[in-house]
Amino acid sequence: MDWVRNVLVAAGGLTLLTGRTFAALVRPRYEVGSWMNEAYQIGVRSLGVAAITTVFTGMVMALQTALSLPSLGIKYYIGTVVSKSLVRELSPVLTALVVGGRIGAGMTAEIGTMNVTEQIAALRSMAADPVKKLVVPKMVATLVMLPALTVLGDLLGILGGLVIGVFQLQLAPGLYINDVLDSLTLADVSSGIGKSFFFAYFITIVACYNGLTAEGGADGVGRATTNTVVLAAMLVLVSDFFLTKLFYVVT
Amino acid sequence: MAAAAPLFEVRGLVKRYGRKKVLDGIDFDLRRGECLVVLGRSGSGKSVTLRQLNGLEAPDEGSVLFEGIDLGELSERELFPLRRRIAMLFQSGALFDSMDVRENVAFPLREHTEMTDEEIDRRVAEVLALVDLPGIEKKLPSDLSGGMRKRVALARSLALDPEVVLFDEPTTGLDPVTSATIGRLIRDVQRRLGVTAVVVTHDLPLAHRVGDRLAFLDDGRFRFLGTWAEAEASDDPVLAGFLAGRDEE
Repeated sequence: MDWVRNVLVAAGGLTLLTGRTFAALVRPRYEVGSWMNEAYQIGVRSLGVAAITTVFTGMVMALQTALSLPSLGIKYYIGTVVSKSLVRELSPVLTALVVGGRIGAGMTAEIGTMNVTEQIAALRSMAADPVKKLVVPKMVATLVMLPALTVLGDLLGILGGLVIGVFQLQLAPGLYINDVLDSLTLADVSSGIGKSFFFAYFITIVACYNGLTAEGGADGVGRATTNTVVLAAMLVLVSDFFLTKLFYVVT
Repeated sequence: MAAAAPLFEVRGLVKRYGRKKVLDGIDFDLRRGECLVVLGRSGSGKSVTLRQLNGLEAPDEGSVLFEGIDLGELSERELFPLRRRIAMLFQSGALFDSMDVRENVAFPLREHTEMTDEEIDRRVAEVLALVDLPGIEKKLPSDLSGGMRKRVALARSLALDPEVVLFDEPTTGLDPVTSATIGRLIRDVQRRLGVTAVVVTHDLPLAHRVGDRLAFLDDGRFRFLGTWAEAEASDDPVLAGFLAGRDEE
């Protein structure tokens, strides 16, 4: 029953790390420079991958919908289909999966390498809190940047749908845009952004926990990094179901 | 006149990893200003012993008292004020890869003092000069040789004027000349700054050079604790074998 023990240990460890992270976050001093640096690494450097993912998803959504159901005149409602599915579901989830894989792996590799080369112990020996110095900046940056990337992904995905609508389906741009604006509600937008906050938390806490518990040299860091990518993706997908139910109730 | 109380009092220290008992009842006192060298074979638990002295690891049994305070009773945050006074030099140097030499050495100053940038720059230059590495502030750890990394790490550990420095294998992986330089620096620093030192090593020339007393760790216990003269006069075949570099098996 080793796996049961491992799951319980990890669940306990993640819970403790969550408590320590948010306690360290509210405790002065606030290292804003470090937060900004992480925001750049996590957000700005993920722009390309997030943009490509959502633009092409919007284009595929528009194309699939129009070509799958041609007889229903559905092309006039492409804006509704693309915007609703992107804003509520595809943009937060795909951005979390793609960006989360990238930044989660990076966080685990960085903290894990620091751990196995005694840099974390060195921090502790100099009376510095590794959670405050390493985990908090990553948590703050991801909690800000993942929702921001999700909003950007919403816009770019809708733009991708517009490109297909105009150039492939010969829709008037105004018709598509009006359809998007008429169909999207505040509840749709807040549901998508709300989910991305939870995804940001899951990705960061799993990545940092795996880094802080990595052991055994390069091999151990490699295993921890793989584990982060898999576990963060699973958490995003499984929690998405429950968050969808939650946000339908709340909104 | 009564003798001054020891700085560290270690009593009945036991440490286990899983079922393996690495330390099995270590007892010793460390006096202010002395340099204790802990010798022992690889894997004998020397570094584990060292990590008990600043609370990086907690004992499973026994106690480590620093000025009468039991480190095992303190939380991580309660240990912070003590760790500002007890610096540690790690085996690998443990410099932060993402920072240059200046930022590495300045790290404890930024964390624990209100010094201005100019004051920090002056202090960084001062401690780098102390380890014979002036003017390398802009270099990254990846640009430095193994010996230079350890000297920069030594400079970082001295930045806050610690009362105690714990040295974990300070010469491992270094050539004999660089090892001798590190040994000289440890002795200089200890004498000039009056710090108390614990040096964990299996480098006998270094141990000779810096140690006031030596402890020989074997089978989880201090098999010997005393001066060099007492060690050399000892009739313990295991200690004599270690000091002579003989395989007793």
